[in-house]
Amino acid sequence: MRARIAGHALALVATVFLGGLFSATLVRLAPGFDVDEQQLDPHLNAESVQALRAARRQEHNIFQFYFSYMNRAAHGDLGTSLALGQPVRTLLRDRAPLTLRLLAVGLGLGWVAALTLALTAAWLRLSAYDLLTTLVSGTFLCIPAAVLALLSVLWNVPGSLAIALIVFPRIYRYARNLLAKSYSLPHIITARAKGLGEARILFWHVLPGVAPQSLAVAGVSVSMAVGAVIPVEALCGLAGVGQLAWQAALARDLPLLVNITILVTLVTLLANSGADVIGHMVRAQES
Amino acid sequence: MNLWRKLACVILAVVLCASFAANWLAPAGYARQYREATNAGPSRTHWLGTDEIGRDRFARVLYGTRISLLLAPAAALLSTLMAALIGGLAGYLGGVWARMAVAVTDLFLSLPWLFLLITARALMPLNVSPLISVLVTFLLLGLLGWSTAARVLCTTAGSLRSADFVRQARAAGIPGQRLFWIHVMPNLKPVLYAQFWISIPVFILSEANLGILGLGVAEPMPSWGSLLKELEGLVSLGDEPWKFVPLILLVLVVISFQLLLSRHDEVAA
Repeated sequence: MRARIAGHALALVATVFLGGLFSATLVRLAPGFDVDEQQLDPHLNAESVQALRAARRQEHNIFQFYFSYMNRAAHGDLGTSLALGQPVRTLLRDRAPLTLRLLAVGLGLGWVAALTLALTAAWLRLSAYDLLTTLVSGTFLCIPAAVLALLSVLWNVPGSLAIALIVFPRIYRYARNLLAKSYSLPHIITARAKGLGEARILFWHVLPGVAPQSLAVAGVSVSMAVGAVIPVEALCGLAGVGQLAWQAALARDLPLLVNITILVTLVTLLANSGADVIGHMVRAQES
Repeated sequence: MNLWRKLACVILAVVLCASFAANWLAPAGYARQYREATNAGPSRTHWLGTDEIGRDRFARVLYGTRISLLLAPAAALLSTLMAALIGGLAGYLGGVWARMAVAVTDLFLSLPWLFLLITARALMPLNVSPLISVLVTFLLLGLLGWSTAARVLCTTAGSLRSADFVRQARAAGIPGQRLFWIHVMPNLKPVLYAQFWISIPVFILSEANLGILGLGVAEPMPSWGSLLKELEGLVSLGDEPWKFVPLILLVLVVISFQLLLSRHDEVAA
């Protein structure tokens, strides 16, 4: 188990490092990187423009920029946003609570809806109900995340509901297949034939069997929700990290974008690695 | 082929034919502005009304459908080919190549798809000609969307590497390159087909997301994404229901692809 956790930690550090470098390279290679709107400000004199250019030149060598950034980050300095002129640390600290709340509520609602529908479909075993739930989840699966965000604005419902509707069909699809497969296992059929109650079959035989795989989906659903946060916050006008990522990308704000990429990669990997380790523990306990 | 798949085929065929017949079906080109009839409701001349600068919405839906339905499969083809080359080759070669491919795909998979796409598209020039913007958008989808497929192909090619027929061919002295193209690649075809079909609806939805955020195809060229951007200005759902036609069409097409997809999944399995 320790080796597994250590392996995950090593992979996490390496991937986060590479993720940051990747986004920094992407910004550096983007057309128009050298152009700074501030340089066009008529209020600035020649010296100030030169100073701005010199500051920009420091970011030309991407490796130099990235390693000095890592060095500063190790001492708690995440740099200053070029577009917003504020310390990145302050921006992230101010906006993170809203995004975390949005993610937590959205994921919670999505999971509750998906599991409720999947469990009732598996329990009732009515083809009409199964078709209805599949149609509902299938329809949401085919609606772009940004449209769901726009509809949440139109209906004046919280953005977390849009996130829930984005993750719900993906979780439902997987949970339904998992439960259907579990209910067709020989020992479940035998338990039913012996007259065991449905609740007992579900809680004693079905759910423990599907728990490890469900945990894997839990990790993936966090990644889906993080991706969905950007259009939801950008279109719903919510001042969270997703909206910040959107603004950073549009303004080619290198320090902000590198930090957000690292943060997003870290959250996604932590969720996936955590789900994998817990799933492994559950499997080990079962065996 | 069951009833649902037949229905999906019919829907796709009708939508595709209508979009290709846009030159004959539409009352005018997608950029033609009827300045005397801006923001008009549906009429005999303009079946779906006109937008805020007087462009016929029906014409724009037809031309936009053509662009989305032509370029999403093209991007899917590009990403599948990249996945075949990166994942398939690395899996076949094994060792350090396979580990490198897994590390790169891990990096891509650890970044949420929409985050990666929005960031990369926002960094590309936005004030370009409509044709260039179409190419940039779909090229980006193809270039960034290969990682999941590459992971699957790397694993499949890795298992084929140790298959008996490959070992026998190697023992018979068939050179590595020939072995890969003649013996390994044909066995990857079902997985490649499945990945290709999976990518099409994903890319259609991704383009729509980009378009709504203003990062997709540039005006005046229409696409489903730019057409859906109109929903931003809606005040109530029942106000102008015809504005939902592009969304209904998109959902229908994506559902149809999903229904067809299950057939290819079965083949791949």
